[in-house]
Amino acid sequence: MASKAQRMPLGLRILTYGFVFVWFILAAFPFFWTFWGSFKVELDFFSIADWTNALTGERTKAAYDSAFTGAAYHGAWVQEEFWRNVINTFIVCFFVVCTSLTIGTLGGYALSRSSFRYTFWLLITALIFRAMPPITLVAGYLLPFFEWNVWGILPTTIIVLVAINQPFTLWMLHSFFQNIPKELDESAKVDGCTQFQAFRHVIVPVMWPGVITTGLFSFLLAYNDFAVTAMLLSESNRTMVPAIAAFLGTTYTEGNVMFAVAAVVSATAPLFILVMFFQRQIVSGLTAGAVKG
Amino acid sequence: MKHRTFFWFFLPTGLAMLLFIALPIVSVVIQSVYAPHEAVLKTVENCTPLVGCTTETTIDQDATRDIREAQPLGRFVGLDIYLDRGHLAVTEVGEAWAASASMGGFIDRLFNLPLYRALAFTLTFTFIVTPLLIVFGLMIALAVNSLHSRLKGLMIFFSLLPMIVTPLIGSLILFWMVDSRGVIGSALVALAGDPDFSMKASTGLTWIMLIVYGVWHSAPFAFVVFYAGLQTLPQDQIEAAQIDGATRWQQIKYVVVPHLMPLVTFVALIQLMDNFRVFEPVVGFNASAHATSLSWIIFNDLGGETRQLSAASATSVLTIIGVAILLSPVLVRTWRDFKGK
Repeated sequence: MASKAQRMPLGLRILTYGFVFVWFILAAFPFFWTFWGSFKVELDFFSIADWTNALTGERTKAAYDSAFTGAAYHGAWVQEEFWRNVINTFIVCFFVVCTSLTIGTLGGYALSRSSFRYTFWLLITALIFRAMPPITLVAGYLLPFFEWNVWGILPTTIIVLVAINQPFTLWMLHSFFQNIPKELDESAKVDGCTQFQAFRHVIVPVMWPGVITTGLFSFLLAYNDFAVTAMLLSESNRTMVPAIAAFLGTTYTEGNVMFAVAAVVSATAPLFILVMFFQRQIVSGLTAGAVKG
Repeated sequence: MKHRTFFWFFLPTGLAMLLFIALPIVSVVIQSVYAPHEAVLKTVENCTPLVGCTTETTIDQDATRDIREAQPLGRFVGLDIYLDRGHLAVTEVGEAWAASASMGGFIDRLFNLPLYRALAFTLTFTFIVTPLLIVFGLMIALAVNSLHSRLKGLMIFFSLLPMIVTPLIGSLILFWMVDSRGVIGSALVALAGDPDFSMKASTGLTWIMLIVYGVWHSAPFAFVVFYAGLQTLPQDQIEAAQIDGATRWQQIKYVVVPHLMPLVTFVALIQLMDNFRVFEPVVGFNASAHATSLSWIIFNDLGGETRQLSAASATSVLTIIGVAILLSPVLVRTWRDFKGK
């Protein structure tokens, strides 16, 4: 409870509320605006005559007898077959999250339980890898992938994204495992378990909160990636983000921009739901790294 | 843990990083010193009776293909690619230095060279966005922290959106609004009183637009980290400051900010690394005419019909060197922490 001395004077309180409100508008309004506009025709979304058209949907009414139309969604999902990209994205995300968590958990656990000097150097190497922009690696992938004839397919991209994900996953899980007392698995070893059995029966049951948080960030990395997926996937295997970029590449004819708007809204929806359900995990994940330094 | 056990636990992740991060770096470095083969030319002499003989130079398709297949890397050129016009442009910089009378003229000429132009934008973006987002994130954190607890959750939810959303999608959403026909765009036109006003028209405005996007996208990260830090703020120190008669501003300056200082360092370092790789906004805002970044140059070289692997590799190596320079304070700090343990 705030003491009387800490209570804000009225002017400051108004200022604070005003500032929070401005930030709220800045953060949320673009999403609402684009969501609202995605049900309009292009002439309303980009209101040339009058910006209130975007709210009332004058042209949309003229074209479809109603202020809302799903034409853009129909165009994107059916005509441009955006559903294929959606399926690709979810295949990629699912396998990236599963694989990188499996191998990352083993690696992160080992790093947190070994006290030799090389663990430090491995972590530093991972940090350097984490800092490198993924696009700088792509030039190194292309030539071998063309030679081996594995360019353009989903499994290649999944493996690459898993590898790019590893440094972050390792850091996160390493700091998480360090918070699990060593005595737990050491007592299991005293009772005759091997290291792996100790991990399997003692650590695995208690590690899920950290693993879920790390998994969320692995998912976001795979879902949000543009540089790698745009370069490594062939046209028929594209995920959502490079597909949206390709919508823009095609000429800005009427309707095509609205396809991109509909696709953008469709691609934002899963993230919206993700934040809604996992807000606490995301916040704790963001701060975990900070607290650990 | 024994070395042997550690090895087996670490093997899968280590192998993934070795094969798909470490080896590609080596491969990028090697490719950057090789250039594609030039086409093999052959001279054919055609002699026709009465007309005489003509010599004709054509591309020997078979020989060219053979040599390209035999040595897919290309021919060794050493550091030539690094020094050419598309990269460090040593000759051009020298000429510009000799030809321009003033520093301003030299910088103007320098910005006509693609790498320096990209470097200028990348560094400006990195070093303007990072401090701005820290200040803005701190302000949001302080303001939200003083709210009623129900509102706090709602604000955190909406604050996370700009950060969580795919960078390309986020920049597109803003781009459509800032477009001269979009809602913010037409408002700006009305404010400027100039029907032709457009954020895309000039270099300065494009840069401002991208920087605003950068702060919008990354401020939530700073906000969340600082907000978590504020929850651990020792109340007795605040009370002590109040008893000593500190004003609200002094409390923030002398108690809150020092308490958050380690977090500020953390956010600054992470954001320096992330802003240095700025790429998606340049594509999303369709801004490459006025603002290019190092990552965008690599992407542009790699895309399209002609995949210029050597050029892209050289830029990649230069980018990695840039990241290494930015990262060196973090490494030193981590090393000190480790020694201290």
